[in-house]
Amino acid sequence: MPGSKEIRTKIKSVENTRKITKAMEMVAASKMRKAQERMRAARPYAEKIRNVAAHLSHAQAEYRHPFLIKRDVVKNIGLIVVTSDKGLCGGLNTNVLRITINQMQAWEAQNHGVQISAVGNKGLSFMGRINANVKSHITGLGDKPQMEKLIGPVKVMLDAYVAGEIDQLYIAYNRFINTMKQESVLEQLLPLSGDKVGAPAGHWDYIYEPDAQVVVDDLMVRYIESLIFQAVAENMASEQSARMVAMKSASDNAKTVIGELKLVYNKARQAAITKEISEIVGGAAAVSG
Amino acid sequence: MATTIHIDVVSAEESIFSGEVEFIVAPALMGEVGIYPKHAPLLTTIKAGALRIKLADASEEQLIFVSGGILEVQPGIVTVLADTAIRGHDLDEAKALEAKQLAEEAMKNNTSEVNYAKAQAELMEALAQLQAIEHLRKVGKR
Repeated sequence: MPGSKEIRTKIKSVENTRKITKAMEMVAASKMRKAQERMRAARPYAEKIRNVAAHLSHAQAEYRHPFLIKRDVVKNIGLIVVTSDKGLCGGLNTNVLRITINQMQAWEAQNHGVQISAVGNKGLSFMGRINANVKSHITGLGDKPQMEKLIGPVKVMLDAYVAGEIDQLYIAYNRFINTMKQESVLEQLLPLSGDKVGAPAGHWDYIYEPDAQVVVDDLMVRYIESLIFQAVAENMASEQSARMVAMKSASDNAKTVIGELKLVYNKARQAAITKEISEIVGGAAAVSG
Repeated sequence: MATTIHIDVVSAEESIFSGEVEFIVAPALMGEVGIYPKHAPLLTTIKAGALRIKLADASEEQLIFVSGGILEVQPGIVTVLADTAIRGHDLDEAKALEAKQLAEEAMKNNTSEVNYAKAQAELMEALAQLQAIEHLRKVGKR
């Protein structure tokens, strides 16, 4: 039976691959649920802080924070690229990196310098390969986004903004729409645009303690951090969903391949048996004849 | 019935507490502040410590520990934006420095210009692969 052993080995190996992809699918499915919950849990904070920021930007505050002031001349642009740490999640990272690179090219054409902050391994290694100007990075966020880990790289960008090293700050990530659909988006973080902070709710101002500047500074930094945190949380939910879908299709593909290989194997086996029988029959006929 | 005020205690990672309360004591930066219903609008930073909340329908106070954050009082509603991490100027600075160093180490052999052509070629390849997989899947299903 020529080739049957090879086919058997091949079937075995595809079956093993399928076991792995199936397991990854199930792991991703359970992680996805948690990631989605976390993403939702982060929303109240973002909403609340957004309300406060809206009040602040429209109340007759005696202090205007630099994050709220639009700069006339834009020279350098900061960009936070959020990607996953691990691969095997379909086109998720590719999509976000593609819109990033297109935008970077457009900026470069307008003579804007671009400074990158990479969140996640995939974005970092990609930016490293294309020799982009990476100012800060954080990887190994795990499955649970933690504010503590994000503070550092975010602060680098915010400091650069305050110091005038960058005049705008953008973030690129995957927005979670539903399990089957994620959308790569590139949003402007700084300066805070009007629609981000909403409409005025009336004319009144807070009592500030200890004073307006300190509180507003703190609040603005936290507001930006919460926006970035939200983006990272959404990206993680997107990652798990995309991985689940990718692994599901990989398992399905493996199943089809196994089916086809089995067909080939059985055909070969039958052909061999038929050949053997006809040989025996032929031999017997020759002896008796 | 005693007048009450609504309070939300939220952190970036989760919603911690939400409900009607009679009285709140928070560890503000300049000292503890007590807030009764109909307090004037106030915005203050709070330091690490305990929030004391007297619930509307309970005689005892509830304690919530926060590692700092921002307290906002609006007519009828109090919002505590709690930090999830212990914050401090030096601590934040150290984290920023670490993130910078990590990037510098990762980018050590990085001298030339941004190579867009290479980047796009890489992305196109990846996309082509994805499309091929998608195509194969469709063909396989038929």
